[in-house]
Amino acid sequence: MSQINRIAGGLIDRQKTLEFQFDGKTYQGHPGDTLASALLANGVRLMGRSFKYHRPRGPLTAGSEEPNAIVALRAGARQEPNARATVAELYDGLTARSQNHIGRLSFDLLAVNDLLSPFFAAGFYYKTFMWPKAFWEKLYEPIIRRAAGLGSLSGQPDPDLYDKGFLHCDLLIIGAGPAGLAAALTAGRSGADVILADEDFVLGGRLNSETYRLDEATGADWARAAVAELASLPNVRLMARTTVLGAFDHGIYGALERVADHLPSPAAGTPRQILWRIYTKRSLLCAGAIERPIAFENNDRPGIMLGSALRSYANRWGAAVGQEVAIFTNNDEGHSTARDLLAKGLRIAAVIDSRADAPKSTAYEVLAGAVVTNTAGRLGLRSVTVGLPNGQSRRIDCQALGVSGGWNPNVHLTCHQRGRPSWDAGLAAFVPGANLPMGMSVAGAAMGQMSTTAALASGAAAAVACLADLGVSASLPKLPATEDSPLRLTPLFHVPGKGRAWLDQQNDVTVKDVKLAHQEGYISVEHLKRYTTLGMATDQGKTSNIGGLAVMAEMTGKSIPETGTTMFRPPYTPVSIAAFAGRASGVDFRPTRLTPSHHWAAEQGAVFVEVGMWLRAQWFPRAGETTWRQSVDREVLATRKSVGICDVTTLGKIDVQGTDAAEFLNRIYANAFGKLGVGKVRYGLMLREDGIAMDDGTTARLAEDHFVTTTTTANAVGVYRHLEFCRQCLWPDLDVQIISTTEAWAQYSIAGPNARKLLEKIVDPAFDISNAAFPYMGCGEITVCGGLRARLFRISFSGELAFELAVPTRYGDALMRRLVEDGREYDATVYGTEALGVMRIEKGHAAGNELNGTSTALNLGMGGMVSKKKDAIGSTLSEREGLNQPDALRLVGFRPVDPQHNFAAGSHLIGKDAEANAANDQGYLTSVAFSPSLGHSIGLGYLKNGAARTGEILRAVNPVQNAETLVEVVSAHFIDPEGERLRA
Amino acid sequence: MIINHPLLGPRDSQEFTYLGDASLIERPDWQAADAVDQFYDYLYLRDNPAGLHRELWYHEQGDRSWLVVTRNTLTHDITSVELARDVAKAKGRST
Repeated sequence: MSQINRIAGGLIDRQKTLEFQFDGKTYQGHPGDTLASALLANGVRLMGRSFKYHRPRGPLTAGSEEPNAIVALRAGARQEPNARATVAELYDGLTARSQNHIGRLSFDLLAVNDLLSPFFAAGFYYKTFMWPKAFWEKLYEPIIRRAAGLGSLSGQPDPDLYDKGFLHCDLLIIGAGPAGLAAALTAGRSGADVILADEDFVLGGRLNSETYRLDEATGADWARAAVAELASLPNVRLMARTTVLGAFDHGIYGALERVADHLPSPAAGTPRQILWRIYTKRSLLCAGAIERPIAFENNDRPGIMLGSALRSYANRWGAAVGQEVAIFTNNDEGHSTARDLLAKGLRIAAVIDSRADAPKSTAYEVLAGAVVTNTAGRLGLRSVTVGLPNGQSRRIDCQALGVSGGWNPNVHLTCHQRGRPSWDAGLAAFVPGANLPMGMSVAGAAMGQMSTTAALASGAAAAVACLADLGVSASLPKLPATEDSPLRLTPLFHVPGKGRAWLDQQNDVTVKDVKLAHQEGYISVEHLKRYTTLGMATDQGKTSNIGGLAVMAEMTGKSIPETGTTMFRPPYTPVSIAAFAGRASGVDFRPTRLTPSHHWAAEQGAVFVEVGMWLRAQWFPRAGETTWRQSVDREVLATRKSVGICDVTTLGKIDVQGTDAAEFLNRIYANAFGKLGVGKVRYGLMLREDGIAMDDGTTARLAEDHFVTTTTTANAVGVYRHLEFCRQCLWPDLDVQIISTTEAWAQYSIAGPNARKLLEKIVDPAFDISNAAFPYMGCGEITVCGGLRARLFRISFSGELAFELAVPTRYGDALMRRLVEDGREYDATVYGTEALGVMRIEKGHAAGNELNGTSTALNLGMGGMVSKKKDAIGSTLSEREGLNQPDALRLVGFRPVDPQHNFAAGSHLIGKDAEANAANDQGYLTSVAFSPSLGHSIGLGYLKNGAARTGEILRAVNPVQNAETLVEVVSAHFIDPEGERLRA
Repeated sequence: MIINHPLLGPRDSQEFTYLGDASLIERPDWQAADAVDQFYDYLYLRDNPAGLHRELWYHEQGDRSWLVVTRNTLTHDITSVELARDVAKAKGRST
């Protein structure tokens, strides 16, 4: 079968033939076709099944407002469900499948739903599947989802790239129909920066689908010439295939450019789509209007479509929907459709004009004052039944019916910032209201200027006015003489009748459903929408909302504007999640930060763990080690026996300088810093203003007016932000400057009894790091490896004799390699975050598990550190009664009564003989690890009044894993409680 | 949204981090007799106006300035942007 409904003319390239497949069958079309136009040209009207009743459906429209012709495009990983055939550009090799049926499209097993339709009225699901309740999840929902879903995803990763981009302009013109082109010519010639965006792949809007002339030129030729001139202007950016999807705050617009959807696959290195953010000084909405249907019984058969769509398919695409066409109209446009189709050699069965004063014609039969009351044809229209003014009816054979119910200005984007449209009684339609988004003007049919002459003039005038606002003077261009007929219309939204008349074809909502909703008390339009689903899903009711409102208005006895209109929200047409994600997917979901020793660690085969954005080495497996515990235990024992090295660069580092630096630190830390000597380090506990611990770290005083503060890895950004807040907003006159130096310094911990000996091999001889000269909690600026500037801090997280050595980041990799090389004689072992964690639990140091956003200094056992003699963030509210109860949680240690037993962090602590319930809860375990030093599990946790309960036996209850262990309350300092090792 | 930074000109709000009510600048005196009550009010009791709101934004992806932005919560119109440091000084917060 080859294009039996292909007719003359159109903007398609007949020199080239494209082959494509629909439901496995091969067809031919031409460049310039859409999937819908090519299928129609091949005599295919049936393109899908409806959502609820599985009624056979074909296209209703020729644009992005399409509710019915929804298909799965492409195959395999590039399959795209719920694509509109009416805007899918044809390419050679395109494959598409119809959706929403079981079995063949022409014999859908679920079409039984249509026969059962009396049971499927509005609210059916809410009313029917109520009980038994247990049936919902297992039985009802899966069946309903299978029967009612539209397309499905491939389930495979998307192989294509999606990009994001940013654009700026003086004037964004949305829509390139007559108004948009006239505006763009006016603005472009003035020299202003202009962006002209249109969702279509050929610019020109309705000019490409109509037969009237602009001066001597056809609409398409005039549009092509205008586009050619605009393309020659360096200050104009033309964006075809680009949908402006939303109007956001302050003149910012979102737009989706379909770069490669019209190609078999994107060219190498180019994205499929680009999501643009466009910053505009002014915008001009020239989005045109969408024709609306009239509802009547069985108005959803394939072959019934909008009159404007019939004209588009005939004039732009050279495709007939059927050889014999009837027209149903309430305005003069139905007659234009008849004339256009006659000129294409098609037969006009009749023009059924609901107006008694319909224009007469000698070229075709006009049935004035008549309406379509029913149709026939199971898989495609065969005939319509017409109700004549004399009460009789008449059957008219036809394969296509063009319905023209008037036009709805495309006010969508005018409503994205709370704007409400206002009612125009002459058009019987909503037009843009007064409250437009910042900087937006509207012209052309979108503004209710329905003739081409008016559209051209209003586009040009609006551009002049927009640019005048910006101080750019533009002059009105000479515009061509063209069509200027008024829209003569007598409102008609539905033909009364007993059968089902569809308002919303995508959601299968009929006039009856709206009436039922009204009977059941759904008076508000917003409730109507949610109860019936009118106006939902991919088309968002572009062809159905006004019809639904009109029926509702009729029921309530109010006018349409009194009944209201639902809000329009972005996006204008559906946008894939991939476009919103852009390149932020998979490993690129967010940036990855690598430590200075990362490449060295990767060479060693380290196992890495994500810590915020950082990748840190978790442990370093060696040959023969089969479990992570073997590696971690070895790293811990080797460090405690001789020396271990760990990359601690990820800790936040903040440089604090200024004559008031000490005073500043005094105010942000709960404990005192004023008297910290130069060359000394002190632990600091930072509270939030509500008295809860925020972060902790060490602060080193390198000079009178120079400190280096560290934060935990996780809180580095938040703490820095907080310090800037304190500095700028609370104490603006303190002489203090801060800067984050986290990424400026590579920092390694060197811990263990031989830490000093290892360091002495690289610290330059001028610097004495003996215990006497460089004691515990000392610090200094030194040089290493023959002159490399470095900072040395004698601090310990592991509990061993330990130093942290910092060098400029670019030397970090070399320093790690040097430490490992020089450490061979001490069997130096590099350890990861797991061993780090085990050692700090053995030492009883609090970390993120303990500073968990609920703990106070008192809970942590540091209540005495909160100075009462000074003002510091959080000190006042830390004194609140509720935070200082006698049985407040205290951080203590736990060990299993039977050393063979394990227990889990998160377990709750319950008295030995008490029932395990919330009332008997005594606290919880925060950190648990196996201690290779002690040979059994150990834990840290918060216990009510824990400081006074050493020796008590409790149960660590883990209801998640249904486990419990007897534990003994012990000191949190499992290793070296006197601190002799770290002072060695 | 676009925030017209007093030092850097118009910047996209994505560059900023939002904190909340600019009254957070007015931290109470810790030595007042009713300091705990004052801090409680300061920290927990906020107005939630439908209309003009003075609020703190931090230019985290920029110059690290804290700003006081006056924004209409209904329309997102921004009528004034000041450096928080200047606002704090004007309120008598010196050191």
